[in-house]
Amino acid sequence: MKFTLKIWRQSGPEKSGHFETYEAHDIQAEMSFLEMLDVLNEQITISGGQPVNFDSDCREGICGMCSLVVNGIPHGGQKGTTVCQLHMRSFADGQTITIEPWRAKAFPVLKDLVVDRSAFDRIIQSGGYISVNTGGAPDANALPISKDQAEMAFDAAACIGCGACVAACKNSSAMLFAGAKVTHLNTLPQGHPEKYSRAVSIVVSMDKEGFGACTVTGACAAVCPKEIPLDVISKLNRDYAVGILKGVSA
Amino acid sequence: MLDSKIPSGPLAQKWDKHRFDLKLVNPANKRKFKVIVVGSGLAGASAAATLSELGYKVQCFCYQDSPRRAHSIAAQGGINAAKNYQNDGDSVRRLFYDTIKGGDFRAREANVYRLAQVSTNIIDQCVAQGVPFAREYGGHLANRSFGGAQVSRTFYARGQTGQQLLLGAYQALSKQIAKGAVQMFSRTEMLELVLVNGHAKGIIVRDLTSGKISRHSADAVVLATGGYGNAFYLSTNAVGCNVTATYRAFKKGALFANPCYTQIHPTCIPVNGDHQSKLTLMSESLRNDGRVWVPIKAGDHRPASQIPEGERDYFLERKYPSFGNLAPRDISSRAAKEVCDEGRGVGPGGLGVYLDFSDAIRRDGEDAIRARYGNLFQMYEKIAGENAYQTPMRIYPAVHYTMGGLWVDYNLMSNIPGLFVIGEANFSDHGANRLGASALMQGLADGYFVLPYTIGNYFATTAKSCPAESSQEFSQAEIQVNERLRKLISINGSRTVRSFHREVGQLIWDKCGMARSKAGLEDALRRIPAIRAEFWENVKVTGEPEGINKTLEHAGRVADFLEFGELMCLDALERDESCGGHFRTEHQTPDGEAKRNDDQFSHVSAWGFSGNLAKPNLEKEPLIYEEVTMSQRSYK
Ligand SMILES: Cc1cc2nc3c(=O)[nH]c(=O)nc-3n(C[C@H](O)[C@H](O)[C@H](O)COP(=O)(O)OP(=O)(O)OC[C@H]3O[C@@H](n4cnc5c(N)ncnc54)[C@H](O)[C@@H]3O)c2cc1C
Ligand code: SF4
Ligand code: FES
Repeated sequence: MKFTLKIWRQSGPEKSGHFETYEAHDIQAEMSFLEMLDVLNEQITISGGQPVNFDSDCREGICGMCSLVVNGIPHGGQKGTTVCQLHMRSFADGQTITIEPWRAKAFPVLKDLVVDRSAFDRIIQSGGYISVNTGGAPDANALPISKDQAEMAFDAAACIGCGACVAACKNSSAMLFAGAKVTHLNTLPQGHPEKYSRAVSIVVSMDKEGFGACTVTGACAAVCPKEIPLDVISKLNRDYAVGILKGVSA
Repeated sequence: MLDSKIPSGPLAQKWDKHRFDLKLVNPANKRKFKVIVVGSGLAGASAAATLSELGYKVQCFCYQDSPRRAHSIAAQGGINAAKNYQNDGDSVRRLFYDTIKGGDFRAREANVYRLAQVSTNIIDQCVAQGVPFAREYGGHLANRSFGGAQVSRTFYARGQTGQQLLLGAYQALSKQIAKGAVQMFSRTEMLELVLVNGHAKGIIVRDLTSGKISRHSADAVVLATGGYGNAFYLSTNAVGCNVTATYRAFKKGALFANPCYTQIHPTCIPVNGDHQSKLTLMSESLRNDGRVWVPIKAGDHRPASQIPEGERDYFLERKYPSFGNLAPRDISSRAAKEVCDEGRGVGPGGLGVYLDFSDAIRRDGEDAIRARYGNLFQMYEKIAGENAYQTPMRIYPAVHYTMGGLWVDYNLMSNIPGLFVIGEANFSDHGANRLGASALMQGLADGYFVLPYTIGNYFATTAKSCPAESSQEFSQAEIQVNERLRKLISINGSRTVRSFHREVGQLIWDKCGMARSKAGLEDALRRIPAIRAEFWENVKVTGEPEGINKTLEHAGRVADFLEFGELMCLDALERDESCGGHFRTEHQTPDGEAKRNDDQFSHVSAWGFSGNLAKPNLEKEPLIYEEVTMSQRSYK
């Protein structure tokens, strides 16, 4: 197979970027999207050029490191799939493919397709945890938790922190990501003591990091590779509202 | 002589006694000690969080853009613990014994016993953090049996146990970062270890965003940098996994133990082309319902559906009638390799065997199979592009875990004072073969419950010293790091980094993979130095050392694999026996099983850098079993 690739190139954080066009030859249908880029990079290197920098690590859809917008859609638009799990057989031979980084004020581009997502870490640091230290935990079965509750918490906890939800949102809102963490922890009894302060702190932190407001268009859930449901946003809104009513501070 | 510092007294009381004997650091003094933790996987994140809770000042490093992305995130199956919640006869002693036996009697008894002891605290801790483990309708935790264990002791969170455990540790770490108790350095790679007066006192790192090289000094250094499976190029590891941190420590004098002990997992999706960058594991649970077969005749290229029953060889069922398709990992992997070597493999390149669900579908219905393995069938379809409800899956063994690692004593300290090694990066608990669901347990045991005790003893018994970063030792190490990076860029040859990684990885896989022989290993030992020499003359790394340069990162890692691969092969050659995952074709029973030589090889091989890569020094730690009796594993 062969493809025409239009790839975003940007030499550094403060630099302006542009699209560069490459022809990729000898691509096999079995290759993953990132393997196709590996091959391209080998060709670029041999001809003395600068390979395209992009992030990836596990290449099996779980670490959340890969982050490409393919033909305008974060992760490429295959349902429940990260871009590292996308394979070339789902593209038509000869097709033109555009590849861009996540674009959001809170995720500045560092180089080419690599962005800075440290804002997500800071959101978690603002309250995305249960305040227990190591040691002294009661026996794990001392606190029964219903299967439904555990499953609901798990569904939200499956978020891989990739940031596609932000990249897809016209307001660059991080509500799906934040809602997923709040839903995971606030659904479980262990998370109850800090339920409201967690929601308030996380919302304050999102604002501070420059993520936009949520207008519930649902673009986030549509691209989310872990299919985190929109419900998590209502859960966050509810806990936040109660927190504010109770006068909880961040 | 290597001193493993195993406490005296009966096995079951060693850890309690030791904890009492360890010297403590006064709480007010703890904040004067600075600890560097390299790695943010289960081992590193749990250690960094816990040490800072105790009051130590901690700096934590990882090469990904967030500590949450460490490769522990990819573990699927589960974590073992001797809770005996199922009342099926499990106990600390049974978990201990299973682990020792599974490791083919090549692990250190006292460490393994302690691991089994603290396993129960891990589950309590994780639940308190909000890890959403699977539950029964009554609200209690669910368990499954895993990896051929005869009891149900594995705790799990769907097929994403590693992810959920790591997020628990990451959140604990985030809580400490928020308090200012841990300083986190993501996208930062350790490139050198710094020793001052023979003690580990710091590291040199490269900021992977700016390219800036900087120095970090501390009172002690903890390496939690994971395994070296990517020495084989293709493995189930993340593409960034590397041996750099532990190998740099080796070159500074740390002993590397049992580098040839690597685990090959039988159920991975086969290689499908020259450009593949990694392999994907399919959960072992599939072997509960799938039947493994190949055609009887070599070179039979008919599609599976056209090969009649009588012309199929269900080779695991044939060779191991009582365990059948559930034979242990190392044994199943070797059996698959054998039939492929005979030319009976299936799929592109003939490197695959069928895992066939048609009998199970006929028996239980497609819906039942979908309910059990739906997500795995989906994953298979994404990667292989085939529907496994209709045609059998193709699987092949792949490198999955490395039991070898830096040598540590009972306190998890290497032979370099002040250098601690935890998680997959050390060698201590799994012997020559690791049991399923035991790596997650070990990483968290080390980080939450062992290191936080033992590190204090080092501080309490040695003179306090956190040298200035301006000292001679740091400047020198920094100069070396810079020179190496500039050298890599200046070669400007004609071959890519990846082509070298692929070439050396393939060689190590062929000669030091599932089956090893004297002749093959000697051949590899001749060829690796030649590939390495060509690398340093002909590799092409474009770009600058400043700013993001992913090719430069990869080049540094491959340069280390090119040296480390030789050490793996040397160790495999020297260990003239078969044990666990180390199968020397010269040493097998008449039925083709691994044959140990306990008289000569019941020891840990710990290699020291001598200045000459081809001739490292070998030190041996004898393995003395006080409580278990060594036996031959049999799965017939
Ligand atoms: C696909 C797969 C499935 C698995 N399933 C299971 C399972 O079901 N049960 C089980 O028990 N085990 C399983 N394992 C094994 C287990 O996941 C690992 O052994 C374990 O998670 C390793 O944890 P760790 O903390 O030692 O290392 P890792 O999680 O690999 O973390 C290494 C850390 O070190 C950092 N690092 C590495 N090098 C450097 C450097 N030079 N500079 C700075 N930082 C560095 C990385 O950034 C990372 O933070 C599985 C493994 C794989 C690959
Ligand atoms: S909610 Fe979905 S899209 Fe957003 S970070 Fe999590 S996994 Fe990625
Ligand atoms: S590289 Fe890990 S999710 Fe894509």
